[in-house]
Amino acid sequence: MSNALEIKGIAKSYASLRVLEEVTFTVPAGQAIGIVGPNGAGKSTLLSVISGTEKASAGTVLINGRDVTSVGSEDRTRMGIGRTFQIPRPFTNLTVFENALSGATFGAGLKRKAAEDKALEALEIAEMMQYANTPAGQLPLLARKRLELARALATNPSILLLDEIAGGLTEAECDSLVQTISQLRDSGITIVWIEHVVQALTAVVSRLVCLASGTLIADGDPKTVMQSPEVLEVYLGGGIK
Amino acid sequence: MTSQLSADYKVDHFQKKATVVGLVGAAVFLFAAVAPYIFATDVTSAWIKLFYLISLATTWNLLAGYAGMVSVGQQAYIGLGAYGIFVFNDMGLDPYSSVLVASVAVGIIAFPISYVAFRLRGGYFAIGTWVIAEATRQIVIRFDSLGSGRGRSITTYTEDAIYRNLFTYWVALAIMGLAIVATFYLLRSRLGVALQSIRDNEVAAKSMGIKVSQTKRIVFVVAAMGAAAAGGIICLQGLGVASPNTIFGVNYSAFMIFMVLIGGIGTIEGPIIGAIIYFLMDYYFSQMGLWYMVVLGVLAILIMLFLPRGVWGEISHRFNFKVFPVGHQVQPLFPGIKLKKK
Ligand SMILES: Nc1ncnc2c1ncn2[C@@H]1O[C@H](COP(=O)(O)OP(=O)(O)O)[C@@H](O)[C@H]1O
Ligand SMILES: [Mg+2]
Repeated sequence: MSNALEIKGIAKSYASLRVLEEVTFTVPAGQAIGIVGPNGAGKSTLLSVISGTEKASAGTVLINGRDVTSVGSEDRTRMGIGRTFQIPRPFTNLTVFENALSGATFGAGLKRKAAEDKALEALEIAEMMQYANTPAGQLPLLARKRLELARALATNPSILLLDEIAGGLTEAECDSLVQTISQLRDSGITIVWIEHVVQALTAVVSRLVCLASGTLIADGDPKTVMQSPEVLEVYLGGGIK
Repeated sequence: MTSQLSADYKVDHFQKKATVVGLVGAAVFLFAAVAPYIFATDVTSAWIKLFYLISLATTWNLLAGYAGMVSVGQQAYIGLGAYGIFVFNDMGLDPYSSVLVASVAVGIIAFPISYVAFRLRGGYFAIGTWVIAEATRQIVIRFDSLGSGRGRSITTYTEDAIYRNLFTYWVALAIMGLAIVATFYLLRSRLGVALQSIRDNEVAAKSMGIKVSQTKRIVFVVAAMGAAAAGGIICLQGLGVASPNTIFGVNYSAFMIFMVLIGGIGTIEGPIIGAIIYFLMDYYFSQMGLWYMVVLGVLAILIMLFLPRGVWGEISHRFNFKVFPVGHQVQPLFPGIKLKKK
């Protein structure tokens, strides 16, 4: 099976602060993988290094076998990376539909009518259709997070990077989200999902990695990882609920 | 995960309304084109000023209001556009065509400048554009052929003042029409979605696959061409450039910001309204000298305090109304489906 993602020896520093050190792992195409770890572990930064939003200080990133280390995030999106932001970044003066249209037009590279259909489809999957004509700046927080998902889907990703999209949901909403992500996985999209809501995560992913202080401390099937001494130690140290 | 959504929803682009606006706009334009035959010359020559103010406000709004590039250095291109008249006029071109040719030439000059300006962000971008404008003035006044700092007049100009005014009027009108139509068209195209995405969040725009620098560069060059064309009109109307310090003056940026903020930034109508307000103030109160500037300042402060969206922005927001339809409206095709209002 070919690899959708290959992360090799990634390091990232902000000035003197070392956020990631020697992070290495691969994700086979079509796999759904979860990332856990305490706050400040570097999970979001890792996602940004993969999407190209942040430049790594060292190491290489391969997407579908191609070295993209020096490729910008806009081109990585066009190559099939879709991502959400933990702190939503909506286009506040555009409507929800237009937010998705932006991704469908440029990320998925679709022409007018096809782009509109793609945007509608993304809104439907992310359950955002009711807000289609609402300016994104007027959305409540949970809807903003859903818009992140809708926009990422509109770019027609083959690799979907999700950053804490389940927080704050009711049980029913969470179940519905799990179902949605599972369907995306079953449709062949590779998924990398950072999530504190572990039950939601383990319902979808077949593999878990744990990041602590910028290094991978565990990698394997979810049960084993959650019970490994290193991970338990991190948990008892606080951070994950 | 495919569905039959396009059978359930329709995306409205307000195409019909856009066509109506286009036709009404064309009628207004035609009326304005024959107006000099109806009204007195001093009235129509005042309109020349209104036309270039609208062009300036419209292009600055495109730059700052739609692409998030708050420049205070558009006077670089106003000045270059004005001086460009001499360059092309000296080559044998008539002064009116020189306005258009100079505008294109300034667009070509703005292209490499954008690489310098785009290294700066936010406030630094603003100051950087101002510095670039100053540097441009410094370079231009080195040239003897351009009057070396003393200004210059157009040498081969239409003798008859009435025809001179008439031709200038038509060129100014054409450029204003072009600026508005180009902005309207741009905002209705996919570029409009890209620009507004960039303005609202550059990082997210990149993750939508938008080529941010490339898109901003297009607007930067178009706005420079608009400013240059306005500069050309100012030169035509003044029979030349009286002083490089004025034509390259930061005052122009101040007036552009004034017009756009007063009228309503980030709307097509706002800069037009703002330019009309500024034009009327200028027409009736500019003899007041220093007090005129005070009145302008007070008006700007009052509007910012009480109508932060600007005059048109407030009207448009309150009545949910636009003259120039841009954007998209999703409409369910079945009565069972309901979308949230607004
Ligand atoms: N742009 C930045 N500049 C400086 N420090 C940052 C920046 N982004 C993140 N950090 C720091 O990097 C560390 C990891 O952050 P993050 O990747 O968001 O962690 P996580 O997502 O695991 O909670 C934190 O200590 C955070 O303060
Ligand atoms: Mg995070």
